[in-house]
Amino acid sequence: MPDLYGEAMRFLTAIALTWMTAAAGAFATPGQPTDGNLGFQPAVTPIMERINEFHNLLLWIIIPITIFVMGLLLWVMIRYNRKANPTPSKNSHNTLLEVVWTAVPILILVVIAVFSFPLLYFQDEIPEADFTIKATGYQWYWGYEYPDQDVPEYISTMVAEEDLAEGQLRNLSVDYPLVVPVGATVRLQVTAADVIHNWAMPAFGTKMDAIPGRINEAWFQVNEEGTYYGQCSELCGIRHAFMPIEVHAVSQDVFDAWVAAGPGSDEANAVIAEYSAARETRLAQLD
Amino acid sequence: MSADAATHDDHTPSMWDWRRWVFSTNHKDIGTMYLLFAIFAGIIGGGLSGLMRWELAEPGLQVFNNGFWGNEHNYNVATTMHGLIMIFFMVMPAMIGGFGNWFVPLMIGAPDMAFPRMNNISFWLLPFAFILAVMSMFVPGAGGDMGFGGGWVLYPPLSTSGHNGPAMDLLILSLHIAGVSSILGSINFITTIFNMRAPGMTIHKMPLFVWSVLVTVFLLLLSLPVLAGALTMLLTDRNFGTAFFAPEGGGDPVMYQHLFWFFGHPEVYILILPGFGIISHIVSTFSRKPIFGYLGMAYAMVAIGFIGFIVWAHHMYTVGMPVDLKAYFVAATMVIAVPTGIKIFSWIATMWGGSIEFRTPMMWAIGFIFLFTVGGVTGVVLANAGVDQALHDTYYVVAHFHYVLSLGAVFAIFAGWYYWFEKIFGVKYNSLFARLQFLFFFVGANIIFFPQHFLGLQGMPRRYVDYADGHAFWNMVSSWGYVVMLIGMAFFFLVLIDAIIRRRKADANPWGEGATTLEWTLSSPPPFHQFSELPKIK
Repeated sequence: MPDLYGEAMRFLTAIALTWMTAAAGAFATPGQPTDGNLGFQPAVTPIMERINEFHNLLLWIIIPITIFVMGLLLWVMIRYNRKANPTPSKNSHNTLLEVVWTAVPILILVVIAVFSFPLLYFQDEIPEADFTIKATGYQWYWGYEYPDQDVPEYISTMVAEEDLAEGQLRNLSVDYPLVVPVGATVRLQVTAADVIHNWAMPAFGTKMDAIPGRINEAWFQVNEEGTYYGQCSELCGIRHAFMPIEVHAVSQDVFDAWVAAGPGSDEANAVIAEYSAARETRLAQLD
Repeated sequence: MSADAATHDDHTPSMWDWRRWVFSTNHKDIGTMYLLFAIFAGIIGGGLSGLMRWELAEPGLQVFNNGFWGNEHNYNVATTMHGLIMIFFMVMPAMIGGFGNWFVPLMIGAPDMAFPRMNNISFWLLPFAFILAVMSMFVPGAGGDMGFGGGWVLYPPLSTSGHNGPAMDLLILSLHIAGVSSILGSINFITTIFNMRAPGMTIHKMPLFVWSVLVTVFLLLLSLPVLAGALTMLLTDRNFGTAFFAPEGGGDPVMYQHLFWFFGHPEVYILILPGFGIISHIVSTFSRKPIFGYLGMAYAMVAIGFIGFIVWAHHMYTVGMPVDLKAYFVAATMVIAVPTGIKIFSWIATMWGGSIEFRTPMMWAIGFIFLFTVGGVTGVVLANAGVDQALHDTYYVVAHFHYVLSLGAVFAIFAGWYYWFEKIFGVKYNSLFARLQFLFFFVGANIIFFPQHFLGLQGMPRRYVDYADGHAFWNMVSSWGYVVMLIGMAFFFLVLIDAIIRRRKADANPWGEGATTLEWTLSSPPPFHQFSELPKIK
């Protein structure tokens, strides 16, 4: 008697693991979508790490449920078709069964809720922040301001396809990016000047509506150096798809140099470019 | 006229007499007009989605590149109108106006609807609403560009100060008229179901399709006035200097979102609930078993309808609501999974122990149950505000709601179409073509929408005319799926053409002993006026 159950479980586990490895983005470039991938972009903030973990838990619940329902359907189609079962039963009630399929989903939902609420409160309760960034959505670009560093608002616009420099990404790269120090807890204040926009950064797990007349708050703490891309996520008109968000997470001294050079200027961009080039060389040497 | 009235009951007016249709007070004729209208609107709405998949087939601008189809704004118009047309002019007319009009009176043993003339105006308002909506695509919307491109949710300020042209005003008028049509229809259905059931048909003996329509029209009656209010405020904000939603005048754009989704969430249940009813009948008929847990099924729909009114802000997790409020909406939203689970398991339990025959409608129904399950579990994922922060306004949401609507509601419509086709038109259809349509739809729709989960997880936002290069592969797959579904659509028209040409006389009951509701006791098509003597229900 072959161990069918064990085989089946190993098979299911293998499928789920393949999915989850992909979902964890093991082979993906951080901070941008990877063609053909199945799951989230790699997480670089505590919030996104927790979203990732919780979503993996949900996959362990929803995929078996879907397979279970599919299995039941296949079973009734095979076992109870007209050939296999010419005389139908007249059974139309089973109180125990009905109680079970009401109670079990409730229990599953309670399990989900137990993990869901802590994540929600973790995202929403902003910890003691190191500094604040104010992002303003315009049709169709972003304005960034660092009030704590006395950096006045500068404008961040998408780089047009024909102007792309080497290493820049179509529809994702901007002329003057947002820069934050690695490990700093940043409070993000989001608003808009004309219509509703949304400041979204997949790798951070941040997504906050920018609404005229309101200031919304979010927070993130980037734990890995790198360049991260996001896009406006609330329909805002003709160039909705062309007002991306680019964030560079750099070391504290580079951040200070960038602030000193005056963000929104070519000098400040040069600081970041020099740092990025040095980092590439460093990473290349590590390989 | 008086001589005519004397013989009125005895004969069916000619199909070619225009007065039969324009002045119609007959629930079956009006139902047929609703169905044909839904097919027509579905072709336009489906064509718009074809433009979208064509545009998104590869990175860059293919279609909306300032050529014949216009620019990126016209892409936004296509997404907007695809949504509005499919919801208000395809699914609702097909399910409620079409199948509801046809089979609610037949199933409860009534001679017609309670208010036949109101039924006439309910239908005839709809083509005019549709004309206004289509006209809006060809008048200035934003800047010099034609049409309204602010999404079917019509969020201000994009729908007020963001669209200065008359396109949005036409759209508001269109939705107002469509709303009046639906409210009149709802009053008609409620009155009919409450007062015109045949002797012996208590409320707990009503067929489940009648239950589903009853719940649906209550949702319509209670939610549409809220939409009408919100639309009127948009109209006055745009034209008469009010500032309900304008922050510079002390208004709040988020208030519109609350009003809209207080309508919008019940609306999505309005789209799917009649489908639940249709699927119940089909599963029971072809399993030759009574529906499992009838009362549970009926009250599960009532529960879904009730909860549908208290979960609206789960569409708004990212607007900056207080965290405790979000927590409430998470909890309330997840509760919906319980009655929905009851329905799925009861359908399977109906089949369990049955003697299942895989006729065409049953294939659509089983397809529905599986695909609705997939759409349901991704709904549970999205219900959690914590995860929704990553998935909100991405293609994951698009995949989710197309699994429950494009693969749920639409599969239920086709299931009902092939279940009642002979009853409605009095001719048989070619079941090989109908099954091929199912096959191509099932495969095609899954190829279109399953990869969109991956796109959403990778972060691709909705309503994007062009995307980052890292989203290219799954977009290409998704667009190929559209081609497969298009082949399925060709088979749908082949079925129609075949039925028109061959005109094989239909049987009164093609499905055998499993079909137990009253419509199968009548001829196919039923007499022009039925039940002049009311049937008695034991």
